[in-house]
Amino acid sequence: MVSNALHDLWFGFGVAFQGSNLMWSFFGVLVGNLIGVLPGMGALSAISILLPLTYVMHPVPAILMLAGIFYGSQYGGAIGAILLNLPSHPPHAVTCLDGYPMTRAGKGGTALGITMICSFFAASVGILVMIFASPLLTAIAFKFGPAEIFSIMLLGLLAGSTMSRGSPLKGVAMTLFGLLCGVVGTDVNTGTFRFALGIPELSDGLELVAIAMGLFGVADFILNVNRMTAVTSNAKLRIRDMRPSMAELKQAFWPMVRGTGVGTLFGAMPGTGPTITTFVAYALERKISKTPEKFGTGMIAGVAAPEASSHSKTQVDFIPTMSLGIPGDAVMALILGALMIQGIAPGPQLISDHPDIFWGLIASFWIGNVILMILNVPMIGVWVKLLQVPYRYLFPSAMFFIAVGVFSTQSSLFQIWEVLAFGLIGALLMYLEFSVAPILLGFVLGPMVEENFRRALLLSRGDLSVFIQRPISCTFVVISALLVTAVTWSAWRGRGGKSKPVVEVPDSGLAVNE
Amino acid sequence: MSQAHRFKKDYYGGALMVLVGLAAVAAGLQYHTGTLSRMGPGFFPVAVGALLAFVGVLIASSARGQSASQAEQPAGHGHGHAAPDLRGTVCIVLGTLAFLLFGVYGGMIPATFAIVFISALGDRNNNIKQAAALAVAMCVIAAVVFSWLLQIQLPLFTWGG
Repeated sequence: MVSNALHDLWFGFGVAFQGSNLMWSFFGVLVGNLIGVLPGMGALSAISILLPLTYVMHPVPAILMLAGIFYGSQYGGAIGAILLNLPSHPPHAVTCLDGYPMTRAGKGGTALGITMICSFFAASVGILVMIFASPLLTAIAFKFGPAEIFSIMLLGLLAGSTMSRGSPLKGVAMTLFGLLCGVVGTDVNTGTFRFALGIPELSDGLELVAIAMGLFGVADFILNVNRMTAVTSNAKLRIRDMRPSMAELKQAFWPMVRGTGVGTLFGAMPGTGPTITTFVAYALERKISKTPEKFGTGMIAGVAAPEASSHSKTQVDFIPTMSLGIPGDAVMALILGALMIQGIAPGPQLISDHPDIFWGLIASFWIGNVILMILNVPMIGVWVKLLQVPYRYLFPSAMFFIAVGVFSTQSSLFQIWEVLAFGLIGALLMYLEFSVAPILLGFVLGPMVEENFRRALLLSRGDLSVFIQRPISCTFVVISALLVTAVTWSAWRGRGGKSKPVVEVPDSGLAVNE
Repeated sequence: MSQAHRFKKDYYGGALMVLVGLAAVAAGLQYHTGTLSRMGPGFFPVAVGALLAFVGVLIASSARGQSASQAEQPAGHGHGHAAPDLRGTVCIVLGTLAFLLFGVYGGMIPATFAIVFISALGDRNNNIKQAAALAVAMCVIAAVVFSWLLQIQLPLFTWGG
């Protein structure tokens, strides 16, 4: 088993070190890092803008590049959070709490250094888990029939919508809306056009890239234009400052290990978002710390644990995506979409059918993380400069990239109408305080959910109890039910107790895990 | 954010979901729904639409219950937004429409100039000169990177067709 995995891994390194693969992986990491630093741009916008580029590429470099953008942008996001108190995307919001006070105390460099060490450690652990857990999961997954697949998707959708940010009910509503968006187009079983409004271009369904760019690009611009306050930083950094002292490393070690554990656990559960993970890691640190009152004033543990958790989660997230075909969050849904566009069906057979993609991806994670370490040390000055690119230049340029990017998906202008529509829908929903990420999850999983639901009931002759009669399926249904109960209960409890402290909110997530 | 304000937002949000859900049910009923053992194309949309309407009712009815715990979340994207700026929104929408128009009657260069120029004017801190400079720079990128290097199938200049 172990020697087998090592042999496969060796093969993976062979794939990842091939000239063009290595180049695209490097490119993805660099672009991801760059875009992660820019305020208001996260992994989602970066991947959706570059997704059309992958249509003409071989699947292996395409996936390596997209994955590189994903974890590259997480490195970038931490920089803005620590140096400018500006979370480029939500998971890093919690890093601000202790990272920015460290910068004000003149220890911003140390905080960045600690972040990089933690990220690398956590990513390495995540990769190891992925190497050994994926084949195991695949072995189980081969026993899955339509009933099991439906039940696990149900759990994924429920977890994704209830455990993301904000109200669980609104999350569920957004997932259902996403499922409806997935219905648009030709029904595979009967060939009926559904919800196409008589527009022939809609017969193939809505375009994933158009939805993603509308919701995460245009909608964000509409809400932020003339609302974004200017940021300035006079943080001066030298490479020498970034090397933490022995005492600081010791202080960071156990929080780093605990953060990695939290991230690994949450990554393995489909549907838990990255934001909740970093919040739980931070809450855990504060709870077991001897000096909880010092958190928020520049504790190293408050930087190390959340950053470690977000990076191990990022890697472990790929396990359900690649071995079950069930994406954990919106970014994974996009990567899954990219695989399907390449004509590769994700699922248990992926590892045996396309070993070059799976093992190449794992090996490239490691190479990519090493590149990021090396890249970030000399480039830190450049990133700080980039943080000061004014938003008023950034968003008009991004509008152009979005328009051209969407056009290139099918060489047709029609998709731009979809972007505009989803931009306005997204802005309205975000204004009403819905979080839009579950829409993407629902959209990607929708057709699969419907297909498996119909197939399972066709096989059982319309008997709904099929979902609880089969043991594996029943387990997932029971977990889903427990999840709903726990969320309902904590919402009901939360109504009684007024104004809980911020980091106490994710506690309900912990309770579900235990 | 005040309690009353929050109540209103959840109320309208829930109502919107009920509306969308009911619309999906109405549209789905026009297709064949079939039975559980032999589902038609309309079954799934009707079921999801009904669920969405139900959740919408729950959101609207629990609108008051959501206490301050969420409003305290640290600054980030996606939550607690103020109403969008009118000028910015109009310019972004107009810019996109201009790209669609000039994409057919004009070609890539005019379309690029239009979308960047018009959306740049949406930011109150940009003047016409800055917006034009940015738009010209983007046109250069469009010509070199997208048209020449990536071979995007949108001619630089065209008229119709």
